[in-house]
Amino acid sequence: MKTLKRGLAAATCAIATGAMPALAEEPQRGGTFVTHVVSDLGVLNPAMRASTAVYQITGKIMEPLIDLTKDGYVGVLATEWSASEDGKQITFKLRENVRWHDGQPFGCDDVAFTAMEFWKPILNYSSTLQANLESVECPDPLTAVFNYSKPMPLNLLVAAMPDLGHPVPKHLYEGTDLLRNPHNQAPIGTGPFKFAEYERGQYIIAVRNDDYWRGPEYPYLDRVIWRFIPDKAAAAAALEAGEVLASGFIGIPMEDMVRLGEDPRFKMGPEGYENNVAHSTIEFNLRNPILADLRVRQAIYHGLDTDFAIQAIMRGHGKAGRGPIPSTSSAFYTDDVPTYPYDKAKAEALLDEAGYPRGPDGVRFKLRHRAASWGEYTGLWGDYFAQAMREIGIQVEIVPSDATSFLTTVYRDHDFDTASGWHQYRSDPAVSTTVWLRSGAPAGTAWSNQFAYLSPEMDKLIDDAATELNPEARVALYHEMQKLEMTDLPVIFAIEHPFLGIHSVKLQNAYNTPRWESSSWYDLWIKE
Amino acid sequence: MGIHLPPVLAFALRRLLQAVPVILLIMIGSFLLLKLTPGDTVDALVGDMGGADPAFVARLRAEYGLDQPVLVQMWRYLSKLAMFDFGWSYVYEQPVSTVLLDRLGTTLLLMASSLSIAFVCGVSLGAFAARRAYSLTDNVISTLGLVFYAMPSFFLALLMILLFSVKLGWLPVGGVATIGAFYTGWDKVADTAMHMVMPTMALSLIYLAFYMRLMRTSVLEVSDLDFVRTARAKGASPSRVMFHHIMRNALLPVVTLLGLQFSTVLGGSVVIETIFSLPGLGQLAYTSVVKRDLNTLLGIIFLCSIIVVIVNFLTDLVYAWLDRRIDLK
Repeated sequence: MKTLKRGLAAATCAIATGAMPALAEEPQRGGTFVTHVVSDLGVLNPAMRASTAVYQITGKIMEPLIDLTKDGYVGVLATEWSASEDGKQITFKLRENVRWHDGQPFGCDDVAFTAMEFWKPILNYSSTLQANLESVECPDPLTAVFNYSKPMPLNLLVAAMPDLGHPVPKHLYEGTDLLRNPHNQAPIGTGPFKFAEYERGQYIIAVRNDDYWRGPEYPYLDRVIWRFIPDKAAAAAALEAGEVLASGFIGIPMEDMVRLGEDPRFKMGPEGYENNVAHSTIEFNLRNPILADLRVRQAIYHGLDTDFAIQAIMRGHGKAGRGPIPSTSSAFYTDDVPTYPYDKAKAEALLDEAGYPRGPDGVRFKLRHRAASWGEYTGLWGDYFAQAMREIGIQVEIVPSDATSFLTTVYRDHDFDTASGWHQYRSDPAVSTTVWLRSGAPAGTAWSNQFAYLSPEMDKLIDDAATELNPEARVALYHEMQKLEMTDLPVIFAIEHPFLGIHSVKLQNAYNTPRWESSSWYDLWIKE
Repeated sequence: MGIHLPPVLAFALRRLLQAVPVILLIMIGSFLLLKLTPGDTVDALVGDMGGADPAFVARLRAEYGLDQPVLVQMWRYLSKLAMFDFGWSYVYEQPVSTVLLDRLGTTLLLMASSLSIAFVCGVSLGAFAARRAYSLTDNVISTLGLVFYAMPSFFLALLMILLFSVKLGWLPVGGVATIGAFYTGWDKVADTAMHMVMPTMALSLIYLAFYMRLMRTSVLEVSDLDFVRTARAKGASPSRVMFHHIMRNALLPVVTLLGLQFSTVLGGSVVIETIFSLPGLGQLAYTSVVKRDLNTLLGIIFLCSIIVVIVNFLTDLVYAWLDRRIDLK
C-alpha cells in the first residue's frame, strides 16, 4: 500500500516541459555569466561536503533528486516519491533518459551506490539523517527503494533532498578511494553545465551541456565562471567595473551593498535566499551559575533592542526571532510563544531580583564573551551585545577569536560565558536545528548543544518528532519545541535574517527560487 | 688529503651546511607554534561546511592523522620532509607540492617586478636627489618618498583600483589573466602585464621610498670621502666620478637592505595578493592560517626559508663583486 504524491509529479512535468513563470521577453541564448565567490574551496562534490559554498558551484553541474522552487518541492532526478505505511520504506521513481556528462546513463545503481557509500557514512548532516538507512534496492533501473530500520518521515527526507540528495556516477567512483577520487575536484554530473576548468585561487569554469535532459533549448548560457575574489572591497570594485555580474551571500561590504543597491545598474535584496535563513544568536554557557538562573537570561533578552540591531546592522533586512525555527519555514513556525520585548527597566528589575544589584561602579557582574566572525553581521552583533549589556549593568569582555578558534573554544572547550554567533536553518528542524537543543552531543560538535542545557522534556519532543510519520502531529511537536525553547531560553535566537545578493540588472531569471545560489541556473540568461 | 675547491664553491658548501640546522629549527619551531593555535584543519573544515556530526568529525580526524600525539605528528612530518615530501593539503585535496608550485610563479613574478622597479627607480632617484641636495628637485623627490613610505599599501591599492578600474576602466580589478579570453603568445604576455601593473606599483612604492632615502644619504656620505676628491683631482669627468666612484660604493648599504627585505616583501605580498586576488604564496599563507592547513603552511615556511637562505647567499656574492676588499670566507 503506497500513498502517491500526484500533485508534485504534476508540478515536475510542468517544469520539464519548459513552462516558465510569466515572462514578457523571449530569453536570449548564449553569453558568459561571471559571478563572485569569496573563497576558494577544495572539494567539488556535494555528496561529500554539504555546504552552500559547494552547492553554489556544483549545483550547476550535479543535480539532486528533488529541488525546492517557489512552487514547493519538485522532482529533478526523481519524478515521484512515496512511503510505505509503516514509514520504513521510501520509493523514488527516477527520471528517464538522463545521461551523465560522460555519456553513461543515470539510474538506480548510481542512487543506491551514493546513498550507501556517501549519504550514510560520509556526508555531514546526512549521516545523522540516514543513520537508520539499511539498504537501497533497485527493482528496476528507474526505481530506488530506501529501507529504514525505523520509520522515516517522508516530508523530512524530501525536505532534506535538495541539499543532501545529490547522486554521483557509480561507474566513476566504485572501487576507488572515495575521498581521493579525482572527480571530487572535477565533478561529472547530469546538470545543465559541464565542469571545464578549475584554476586554484582564481576561477572555476563550467560550459554548456548540449545533451541536457530538460531539452536542447536549456541552458540558455554558454558558460558560467566563478571568480574567487577574497577581498570584499575589491569584489565591490569588480562588480562596479562590470568584471563580475553578481555577488551572493553578502560577498561585498554592507556599505557597498546599500550604495550599489540604489544604483539602477544593480538589484540588491534577500530574494532567492528564502531557504538560506539564519539566526543571529546569543548562546549561554549554563555551567556559569549566574547564567544558569533563568531570570538572568530573561533579563538579557529584555535588554536587547533587536529592532535597533536589525536597522543598524542588517539595514532592515531581518525580523525579530521567535525561537529556533524561522518564520520563512512556514510549515513548522509558530509565533505563539513567550516573548521578551526590549524593556531596560524590566531587565534591571529581573537582575536585582536574581540577586545581582549594581555595584558601586554600576557593574552587576562580568561576562567573557566569544564573538564569531562569520562576516559583517556577526561581528557587529557581538559588539552590539556588549554595548546593550553595559546599559543594564553587565560588563561584557569580548575575547577576540577567528572562525576556527571560535568553534573550538565555544563548542569543544566550553571556554566562554556568552557567545554570539549564528544558527543556520536547513529546510526541516531535524536537519540542523534540533541538535542545538538536544542533550548528549559530544564536545567538539560545532553548532550543537554545548551549552549544558538538559531538559528531558525537550529531548523527548525532539526524539518523537524525528520519527513521527503524521505530518500534522509532527508540526504540533515542533510548535511545542519552540514554546519550550522560548521558555527555557538556553539560546536566544534573537534575529532571523536572509542572506543578501546583488546582481546586474542584465541577469534574467535570477534569484527566482528559494535556494537560487544552490540551484542549477538552467533558465538563467543575460540580456545584452 | 685536502680537496681544493674554488673559493665560491667552498663558500657555497659551507653556507649550505649552515642552512640545514637553521631550517630544521625553523620547521620545529613553526610546527609547535602552529599546534598551539586553537583548532585544527578538521575544525576549520567543519566550520566551512556549516557543521557536521561527531562521527564524521572523528572519522576525518583519524583520516588526517590528527588523532595522534603532537610529537608523533611532528616526527612523521619531519621524516617525510627530509625526503622533500611536503604531504597532502586537506583543504585543497592536492599534494602540497602541487599547490605550492602552482602559486610560486605568481609570487616570484610579483616580488621580482616590484623589487626591480623599487631598486632601479629608488637608486636613480636617490642618487639624483643627492646630487642636487637641498634644491627644489630634492625636496619634491624626498617629500614624494615620504608620502609613499607613509601610505599603507592596502589603501594605495584600493585607491588605484577606484581610479584606474572603476572610474577610468583602463586596468582590470584583479586576477592574473582575463578569464575566458584564452589568450596565447604575446597577447597572453600583454594580458598578464596589464594585470600586474597595479599590484606591482602598490607593492613597490613603499620599498622605492626606502631605497631612495637610503641611496640619497649614502651618496651624500660617499661624496665627501677622500677617494672621491682624489678622483676629481685626477680629472675624472663628473659622470665618471658619479657612476664609477660614488654610486658603486654607495650601493653597498642599499644591497644589504635589498637582501634583508626580500623576506619582508613576501609579507607585504599577502595584502597585495589578497586585494588583487592574485593566486600567490602570500594569499595562500593567509588562507592556510585561517583554515589551519598545517601542511601547506609548513610547506610555505620551508620554501620561504630556502628562498631567504639563497638570497642571503647571493647578496654576499654581490657584496664581494661590488667591493673587492670583501673576502668570501
